[in-house]
Amino acid sequence: MFSVSNLHASVDDKKILKGIEIDVKPGEVHAIMGPNGSGKSTLANLVAGKDGYTLDEGSIIFNGQDISGLEPEERACLGIFLAFQYPVAISGVNNMVFLQAALNSVRQARGELPLDAMDAIAFIKDRMKLVEMKSDLLQRSLNAGFSGGEKKRNEILQMLVLEPKLAILDETDSGLDIDALKTVSDGVNHMRSPDRSFIIVTHYQRLLDHIKPDFVHVLKDGKIIKSGNYELALKLEKEGYGWLDQ
Amino acid sequence: MEELFEKKYQYGFTSDIESDSFLPGLNEDVIRAISARKNEPKFLLEWRLKAYRHWLTMKEPNWGKLNISPIDYNAISYYSAPKSQKDRPKSLDEVDPELLKTYERLGIPLHEQKMLAGVAMDAVFDSVSVATTFKEKLMDAGVIFLPFSEAVEKYPELVEQYLGTVIPYKDNFFAALNSAVFSDGSFVYVPKGVRCPMELSTYFRINALNTGQFERTLIIADEGSHVSYLEGCSAPMRDENQLHAAVVELVAHKDSEIKYSTVQNWYPGDENGVGGIYNFVTKRGICKGDRAKISWTQVETGSAITWKYPSVILKGDDSVGEFYSVAVVNNRQQADTGTKMIHLGKRTSSTIVSKGISTGHGQNTYRGLVRVSPLAEDARNHTECDSLLLTPHCGAHTFPYIESKHPTAQIEHEATTSNISEEELFYCRQRGLTEEQAINLIVNGFCKTVFKELPMEFAVEAQKLMEISLEGSVG
Ligand SMILES: Nc1ncnc2c1ncn2[C@@H]1O[C@H](COP(=O)(O)OP(=O)(O)OP(=O)(O)O)[C@@H](O)[C@H]1O
Ligand SMILES: [Mg+2]
Repeated sequence: MFSVSNLHASVDDKKILKGIEIDVKPGEVHAIMGPNGSGKSTLANLVAGKDGYTLDEGSIIFNGQDISGLEPEERACLGIFLAFQYPVAISGVNNMVFLQAALNSVRQARGELPLDAMDAIAFIKDRMKLVEMKSDLLQRSLNAGFSGGEKKRNEILQMLVLEPKLAILDETDSGLDIDALKTVSDGVNHMRSPDRSFIIVTHYQRLLDHIKPDFVHVLKDGKIIKSGNYELALKLEKEGYGWLDQ
Repeated sequence: MEELFEKKYQYGFTSDIESDSFLPGLNEDVIRAISARKNEPKFLLEWRLKAYRHWLTMKEPNWGKLNISPIDYNAISYYSAPKSQKDRPKSLDEVDPELLKTYERLGIPLHEQKMLAGVAMDAVFDSVSVATTFKEKLMDAGVIFLPFSEAVEKYPELVEQYLGTVIPYKDNFFAALNSAVFSDGSFVYVPKGVRCPMELSTYFRINALNTGQFERTLIIADEGSHVSYLEGCSAPMRDENQLHAAVVELVAHKDSEIKYSTVQNWYPGDENGVGGIYNFVTKRGICKGDRAKISWTQVETGSAITWKYPSVILKGDDSVGEFYSVAVVNNRQQADTGTKMIHLGKRTSSTIVSKGISTGHGQNTYRGLVRVSPLAEDARNHTECDSLLLTPHCGAHTFPYIESKHPTAQIEHEATTSNISEEELFYCRQRGLTEEQAINLIVNGFCKTVFKELPMEFAVEAQKLMEISLEGSVG
């Protein structure tokens, strides 16, 4: 359902990704680990279509379609979701209003009717229970003044509401307390289904205890230098990345 | 006067006798002729003439931030009756389709669309009956709400008592010009203890169009009364007259409240700044009695040049003044707007919230004055002045003036300038919103504190209006 092959990409003329291969089948969960600065967020942003990220070589195929020429919103409407490593705050924009607008945009793309305010609120509140988010956060400005953990929960809430086909979570576990880690993982597990796939970027095996990945990849210097299963994550947790260089 | 009309024929300005316009140019005869046309009482003619004579001695204001081409005051025709039915479009089919599209998007009902587009209408059309019920309701409550010229005929003593008491004709160049030649406008009087039974908005929209380029409005709220008035209309209004110089005076007696909302959407000119209205307005209210309150809310999206400072004189003790403003400039538009809060009474308080949005090559200036007089013990002001810049070539400028003559005054001023970052846009787009939707969401969020001051139905229209005004501004 999602694959990149021989992917080379640069940001501001700086080559960052240097030949990446990933093939994600429907229902699979892939974890990407790797040292700081290795290119994990770059890959996520590239897939989501961020301006300034240029594809130098290779292709990004989603459900049989090369999406590398599409606008970010077109990719989102196809069902690609990115939970950001650093979600931005937008002051003045009501969280609820934002979610509702996004939901209706995506619904429209799926050929569904928009939900009116009442139905949207009911739906969103229902999803909120899954992430145990305080309901007053809905009435605040989008991420403005949210704590680190609250922002991450809000990202997961958005994922639960938008029901993407492919969700890329970029370090969603960073900054979460132990209980929050559990709730966020529960949210992801709740979403797992045979036709939905996940790419989970993380530094810690801890998250992968909750969300069992099918594959684990190690990204270093813009290349995937090792792929394996959950066992690989355990080994990395114990031994770090050094042994991979030998 | 005869002579004036003869000249018109001679130069072949128009073949239509009924259209009833004066030749361009301004002198005392023209003013006498305007006054005679309207059967005005002597005091009003005298007042107009005094204003005119004073105007002759005045100079145009120094424009500050505005870039303006000179106005030829003798090229303006100072009196024209409404267009005759014959000259108007016969139906909406003859109206610019762009304009109709906008009306539709704003959700303006069909009969109002016809009014706004100036379509010729039968003597009886559905909104007339609406207007009549409104009129009856107001009359039952004792509220006087009339075109200014009708008020002059029916209630000359009220007009004489209040006209020019808040904005004397000497006040400024454009106020003097308006005082000399004003065409028409609205007059409102709310008697003691009466709460006006409706927003004076819908009624206004249907009835007070075509008031001309020198509009004059006077609103008086007697003791303990309450009135909410909405001027203008979110539909784009075209007008061949380039110069608009309106005057609005508000008088709030003890314990009364006047809420005055404006949605201004005159033709802004094209992308190169050609055409477009010069909108030079003088608006001022006085809180005459204790605990009176005046609140100005404005959404300014139109005009090539806007120049207005709706102000409040806080004379009564514990009186309250408010100014909430959203001003949008796109393409080559220029707006210089703000307010003056003049604190004279004890414990008077004022709030200023100004939101400026600039895009294209637009220039947006906030200019405000907070003055606390030596007698205004414990006066308070809070000012919040935010600018949002959407393109690299637009501008925002802030000139807050504070003159405090009392040591107990508490004056707070906050100002921010921001733009919409790539990160914000990407975030929204990643969630499925187009760039335009994202900008609208952010801009609406930015304006929220002002929009919520508008009467309900207009808050919704204002929001749509913003979207239309900003269309194609980024990307
Ligand atoms: N705009 C940019 N200009 C230049 N270099 C950039 C730019 N954006 C990212 N980089 C560089 O690209 C490399 C990869 O960054 P990226 O954010 O993808 O790393 P990461 O694997 O997500 O790291 P972390 O684990 O710390 O989040 C880094 O060296 C970073 O400095
Ligand atoms: Mg990263």
